[in-house]
Amino acid sequence: MHINDASLCRPLFTAEHSLPSHTVTLQFEDESISVPAGITVAAALLLKGAGHFRITPVKSSPRAAYCMMGVCFECLVEIDGKPGRQACLATVREGMAIRRQQGASELPPLAEENQNGE
Amino acid sequence: MENNIVDLAIVGAGPAGLSAAIEACKWGLSVVLLDEQAALGGQIYRGVDAAGKKRRSVLGEDYSAGAALTKAFAESGARHIAGASVWNVGRDMKVNYLLQGASASLQARYIILASGAMERPFPVSGWTLPGVMGAGAAQILYKSAGALPTESVVLAGCGPLLYLLAYQYLHAGVTLKAVVHTTQRSDYVRAVKHLPSALRGWRDLRKGLRMLAHLRRKQVPVYAGAQALSIQGTDRAEAVSFIHKGRVHRIESSLVLLHQGVVPNTQFSWSLRARHAWSDTQLCWVPETDEYGQIEDSGIYIAGDSRGIVGAKASALQGRLAAVTIASKLERIGARDRAIREKALHVDLYRQLHIRPFLDALYRPPAEHRIPQQDSVVVCRCEEITAGQIRQYTRVGCQGPNQTKAFGRCGMGPCQGRLCGLTVTELIAQARNVSPAEVGYYNIRPPIKPVTIGELAA
Repeated sequence: MHINDASLCRPLFTAEHSLPSHTVTLQFEDESISVPAGITVAAALLLKGAGHFRITPVKSSPRAAYCMMGVCFECLVEIDGKPGRQACLATVREGMAIRRQQGASELPPLAEENQNGE
Repeated sequence: MENNIVDLAIVGAGPAGLSAAIEACKWGLSVVLLDEQAALGGQIYRGVDAAGKKRRSVLGEDYSAGAALTKAFAESGARHIAGASVWNVGRDMKVNYLLQGASASLQARYIILASGAMERPFPVSGWTLPGVMGAGAAQILYKSAGALPTESVVLAGCGPLLYLLAYQYLHAGVTLKAVVHTTQRSDYVRAVKHLPSALRGWRDLRKGLRMLAHLRRKQVPVYAGAQALSIQGTDRAEAVSFIHKGRVHRIESSLVLLHQGVVPNTQFSWSLRARHAWSDTQLCWVPETDEYGQIEDSGIYIAGDSRGIVGAKASALQGRLAAVTIASKLERIGARDRAIREKALHVDLYRQLHIRPFLDALYRPPAEHRIPQQDSVVVCRCEEITAGQIRQYTRVGCQGPNQTKAFGRCGMGPCQGRLCGLTVTELIAQARNVSPAEVGYYNIRPPIKPVTIGELAA
């Protein structure tokens, strides 16, 4: 499947206050974006028109935030070089560098190791 | 790592967790409350302390009421650990959590789990496309970031939250392209049986009716009794299709908000190997507890929606009830005081639970949107396993959800079955022609949140 990889498109969401009093600047892919302070990375990406947050490891499908509360893991992105971060649980910070998660993260699978009792 | 022993550790800062903490502190217990979010309130009162006048007015007084709870909590003396992802709760009363990239733990005498609810999965064609989200998710976006749909939006499914969001969006000035709801005439017939008890919860009923009347007044296109919902699009949502009164409709929209009720978030109780029963009325698993919410004789209690959907007010009461019981076990409350307190809480709880059977019956999500009949519909979003694949597994001997993992990694992705578990259980039950209870659920093992070795070592 061909996925339009342009960083930003028309945002699905818009902030109710067009001029938030306090903003932070983040790096998303290769663009600099200014977003309201205190919101989650997922909210920031939706307000800026990220389109998709990640590409699935199995069939390379585009996905975006779905539940916004930490259960669905569809909003996985790379934050400051760390892959597999839940964008809906991370708060934006000045200078944060965010990239889309492309395929599988490189995280070591702890779940299997831990099954023998921790 | 920390090694302080606290009287009570609570997981979850929604109505149940906050109320449990306030009650426990009142009886002199030392309390630590852990929550994954940055601020108090859970999802129902998400961002309530930061919300300005406009946001509170749009979200209504049921939302703003949460501020009284967060204030009482702040004054209670309980310790709040914000941003803590609890990845293990053990029967040894140990709680392991991730905080700012490092793992920590605490030891408690008693534990209350108040992990709340999540939106029921809505496995229809196209539900994985960007531009498709939960209506609850969109509401969280507004509560926490003041974010509203840029263009007109379609809301589809069933349940009180769907109408509530429609109502709130209208107040916020959002244009609703359509509200497509799946409640059928037969649902009303089934619900009517419960009307006498629901009438005692007439305030809630009146609220619901007022919302629907408002939608009609604002001339929002409402498609009642819609069937065969699906979303079209190649790499993002483009349109939603459904059948209404025998005709196929297609409405273009880049944002489709789905909702068909909420279900308990049972990850903790499963990971504790608690027994769970299948609820035929709520179509989900509910952990088996005593009347105070205790799992067996474990000292671990469950309060609120993670024990079966009861709503915010009843959740708060269950939280208090569990706290009073624990205070009594720790001998911080006398028998007489306990009896008085318990009775008052039970009376309130009884009142709150009246409307539940009516709501469960009226907003029962239709089978076709819980158990996809179309083989191509993705069930496990993480590993991209379809309904057809799961049916194929059962044809070659797969008996239950745990075996689907071996057949094709279904349920083994990062969400650990949260978004596919109920669907897989019901799908296999239908394919095998047995009850969901017989099919069972995934074995959930800690860590219930992804933890890296680096984080453990930090």
